Amino acid sequence: MSHLTNFEVFLLLSVLKVGVVLVITLMSVAYTVLLERKLLGRMQNRWGPSRVGPFGLLQPIVDGAKLFLKEDLMPLAVERPLFLLAPVIALACALVSVAVVPFGAVTRVRGVDIFELANVNIGLLVILGITSIGVYGITLSGWSSNNKYSLLGALRSTAQVISYELALGLSLVGVVLRAQSLNLRTIVDSQSAHGMLSWNIFGGFQFVAFFIYLMAAYAETNRAPFDMAEAETELVAGYHTEYSSMKFAMFFMAEYANMITVSCVATLLFFGGASSPFGHLIPAIGGHIMQAILPVLWFVAKVFAFLSLYIWVRATLPRFRYDQLMSFGWKFLLPLAMANIIITSFVLAIRG
Amino acid sequence: MQLALFIIFGALALGGALNLLFQRHPINSALSLVVVMMSLAVLYWSLGAEFLAAAQVIVYSGAIMVLFVFVIMLLNAGEEEHTTGSRAAYTVGIPGAAAIFCLLSFVFLSERNALSTSAIGGDLGNGVDNIAAVSAMLFTKQLLPFEVTSILILVAILGAVVLARKEL
Repeated sequence: MSHLTNFEVFLLLSVLKVGVVLVITLMSVAYTVLLERKLLGRMQNRWGPSRVGPFGLLQPIVDGAKLFLKEDLMPLAVERPLFLLAPVIALACALVSVAVVPFGAVTRVRGVDIFELANVNIGLLVILGITSIGVYGITLSGWSSNNKYSLLGALRSTAQVISYELALGLSLVGVVLRAQSLNLRTIVDSQSAHGMLSWNIFGGFQFVAFFIYLMAAYAETNRAPFDMAEAETELVAGYHTEYSSMKFAMFFMAEYANMITVSCVATLLFFGGASSPFGHLIPAIGGHIMQAILPVLWFVAKVFAFLSLYIWVRATLPRFRYDQLMSFGWKFLLPLAMANIIITSFVLAIRG
Repeated sequence: MQLALFIIFGALALGGALNLLFQRHPINSALSLVVVMMSLAVLYWSLGAEFLAAAQVIVYSGAIMVLFVFVIMLLNAGEEEHTTGSRAAYTVGIPGAAAIFCLLSFVFLSERNALSTSAIGGDLGNGVDNIAAVSAMLFTKQLLPFEVTSILILVAILGAVVLARKEL
């Protein structure tokens, strides 16, 4: 590799990183579905999928093959280009946000950081922006389906996402104030001083912000208890009623990819990202490679915990009513997030 | 690479703007406007104004245009009918647009020396963090205009609430 120029090395490694991260994300999307089915099953006193492969481990692959092979129905009355475009927008926006997530400690191979795709100065804003573009996928799918259930589901979902985006964005301001940067790497570094004690949720006293973020994130990803957009008792299947085969699978994957992104952001902003909860209490065992891989494992463990929390909440809480959802977002979460910003900046101003 | 970005997204912005005018269906026009705004955001970023780019995407494409699409969907607006257009549009519109174009190009060309310090994509490579600079400027020198603008927006929100809830 020594005869390559720096730019060529950068290009090759970047393409490699993108490929690996994309494959891992898609695989984890598939296996999050399995995790959800298994955990939901256990919480409801049944087994969940257990027939395909050992412990049902091959179930996601078989499901994927089934969805590929299904007939792709195209209803007659749909607005064709937008109907095709909508699932692409939804899935693309869900997958792109992983690009700015740092999932390991800074580890450079020939000058390229291998545990983050792109270190952007405004990483947090990039994620917020991509999430806000993802709304179009749902809106357009509902409108172009030419179906009243789809349209109602899409309207609900759009209104909900726009409303909760405010609370979500404001809940992150406290963290940004503490880290004084929007760069995700810097935000993680600002919590790495004393292990768990310096994480934003504990040492940073951002637990109010964390709970606002958590609830807003459930609403943003249209998950229970805020899954009004696909309330099957009222709206058949909501915005993806008319979709079949791979186009339906793309919405499905987008939902789970969004869950993973939201869990990654919660980990990065409130739980110290890829840093160990014990700080420097554990001696650095193993060689360089071990020390590079260990933070990635911590990161994955935290994200896994968040995904399990998602599933636990889905198994526990009933769905909100629509007006309750809106008044909860606007009258409770938003003022609380503003109060959190004011208090955090007061404390920072007094101490600084 | 910066030049390539500029050419691609400049062309995309122009194409989106033309598509906005030529499309018959309002929802297609609204979506072309989203494309224009996103490409403008990329152009801002390639000029080093990353905060402006993110704000453009979050505020314009992510919130305002979603509301536009929302309203079009709710009103269920159909396709436009083709008309020859009013006389006034031809007699005033074309000279007016030409005049604005000439004025803007005159201003930009005459102020070229002041503008030429920012090369296209010059800030992409070394990545300066300019959010602190932007906020310091907003909250010190430009504080009065900033607060006046926010009060203006507050007034608009109150007006919308009054219009929407007549019983209050």
